[in-house]
Amino acid sequence: MIWEAILLALREIRRNVLRSSLTILGIVIGVAAVITMVTLGKGATLQVTSDIAKLGSNMLQVRPGQGFRGPGGTRSTSPPLDPKDAEAIANEISGVVAVAPTASQNLQAIFGNENWSTTVTGTNNAYFQVRNWPLKAGRKFTDAELSAGASVCILGSTVCQELFGGQDPLGALIRLRKLSCKVIGVLESKGQSSFGMDQDDVVLVPLRTFQRRIAGCQDISAIFLSVKEGFSTEKVRLEIERLMRERRRIQPGSEDDFHVRDMQELVSTLTGTTRLLTALLAAVAAVSLLVGGVGIMNIMLVSATERTREIGIRLAIGAREREVLIQFLVEAVVLSLLGGLAGIAFGLGTAAFGSRLLHVPFVFDPAITLIAFLFSGAVGILFGFFPARRAASLNPIDALRHE
Amino acid sequence: MKTNRANPLRPLIEFKQVTRVYGSKQAAVWALAGIDLQIYRGDFVAIMGPSGSGKSTCMNILGCLDRPTTGSYLFHGLEVGALSRDQQALLRRHYLGFVFQGFNLLNRTSALENVELPLIYRRISAKERRRRSQWALELVGLRGWERHTPSELSGGQQQRVAIARAMVTNPLVLLADEPTGNLDTARSQQIMELLCTLNRERGLTIVMVTHEPDIAAYAQRIIRFRDGLIEADGH
Repeated sequence: MIWEAILLALREIRRNVLRSSLTILGIVIGVAAVITMVTLGKGATLQVTSDIAKLGSNMLQVRPGQGFRGPGGTRSTSPPLDPKDAEAIANEISGVVAVAPTASQNLQAIFGNENWSTTVTGTNNAYFQVRNWPLKAGRKFTDAELSAGASVCILGSTVCQELFGGQDPLGALIRLRKLSCKVIGVLESKGQSSFGMDQDDVVLVPLRTFQRRIAGCQDISAIFLSVKEGFSTEKVRLEIERLMRERRRIQPGSEDDFHVRDMQELVSTLTGTTRLLTALLAAVAAVSLLVGGVGIMNIMLVSATERTREIGIRLAIGAREREVLIQFLVEAVVLSLLGGLAGIAFGLGTAAFGSRLLHVPFVFDPAITLIAFLFSGAVGILFGFFPARRAASLNPIDALRHE
Repeated sequence: MKTNRANPLRPLIEFKQVTRVYGSKQAAVWALAGIDLQIYRGDFVAIMGPSGSGKSTCMNILGCLDRPTTGSYLFHGLEVGALSRDQQALLRRHYLGFVFQGFNLLNRTSALENVELPLIYRRISAKERRRRSQWALELVGLRGWERHTPSELSGGQQQRVAIARAMVTNPLVLLADEPTGNLDTARSQQIMELLCTLNRERGLTIVMVTHEPDIAAYAQRIIRFRDGLIEADGH
């Protein structure tokens, strides 16, 4: 019986190709738009989150100045950090695994005829652990090199590529300003950060080497550290803040002249931003769903005249109101289902294509798919059904005469 | 439902002082101004009269498409005015066949499917529907035209599809509003002969509205309407 009704509905749909395809088009556009937008948005969020995870998610950074507040902040007036701060953090705070004090400067790296402007960073071996950054070739610094301030360096992959091309850089001597130092290792490539910076454009040297031979002072620009598994990043951060206030003799009540940056915080800020973007995209998509719905509505209402006459004929030859309505309902449901399925297929296809184009992962969201599907289905059914109900409640003779 | 099929003297259709008024008090139009009418089984009745005389209104009420304003309409002894919409629909489904003035076929729908339509509501299987519809189309001489849609058929052919649709359910009464209205003389004669045959051989009761005397002449009985009243009723 229901199968019969579906067959009849399909026949009716085939018979009115133009009207049916316009209705379906509305549903397809609505569903496809929502699915595409939301899928791409979700993919972007995932992308950003995993990018940040690559930075090292349990990493904390201590820097002088007040961090993100205001343009430029008060960094210039804040005193720099001291290498002893790093030692203090390592010794006095529990839950800290590795502490890497760093100091950086931009300068030219020269090898033979090649030269390349890059960032030279002085640090220790803890840096590799904190940044979650293994070596591709060669070795780390030895303790002797670190304590003596030996002339050795480890290259980021961009620098390595720019200076050496395809050659083996290990054992070669490169010049950093007046310092000539031996390449002992090459870092794995980390790629761009979420902020678009090339993280591989770096040369690492022992901190002491940097202080003595490049900067000429003891100042360090940041302390990187990683929090032990199982310890709360937030708690460690608060302890470091307390320790640093003490060491920098900040009076109670006055503001910090340093900041501890938590990667977790960054993660939530950025995912919050992409979520907002996703929500915006979804809002745009919801508008197209609505536009699709209005399209369906128009087609249904415009065809009401013709359908009223059809209903009149059916009533006159002995159909009961209920039978006519069931038929129209089945027709609307079948139409909406067809449109919804086509919309899902089309939307997922577009999303798959778009995510390849934008280099974001493809994340299927069943909830949104279902919502979009149900919404346009409901619109299709509503506007297929209500004009039919009005027509079916007329006197058959009035329905027949309807112009 | 109380029916009285056994009594041949009882009319199949009986109007008692039926009126039909359109509009409200001041602007009221009396389409039917109190009509008494009996039609027996096997009758072939032609209804004539100038336009606006109440012929079509009378047909609509006969066909349970419209209700009398006052008065009573008994079908087989059954008070039609007291039936619900659904009961009236069932009455139309099982006992009545219609041929409308404007054909009222479904557009973009083949002749065969148009004829099948009443059978769908009788819950008849697809195979049986097809068989019966083909029979009805053959009856009206449209064999070979099953797949054509109304727009591909001439006026006379559309009229015959409409007759086939009315006949396919094998009704008790055929109600035809100007069945030859759009046809040339030769086609009109063919259709009228078809109706006469159905009346004679199957005992089909036919009520037909027409304004052409030579068409009305095929009927055994002619009822003339004027100003919502029956002016003459005779053989």
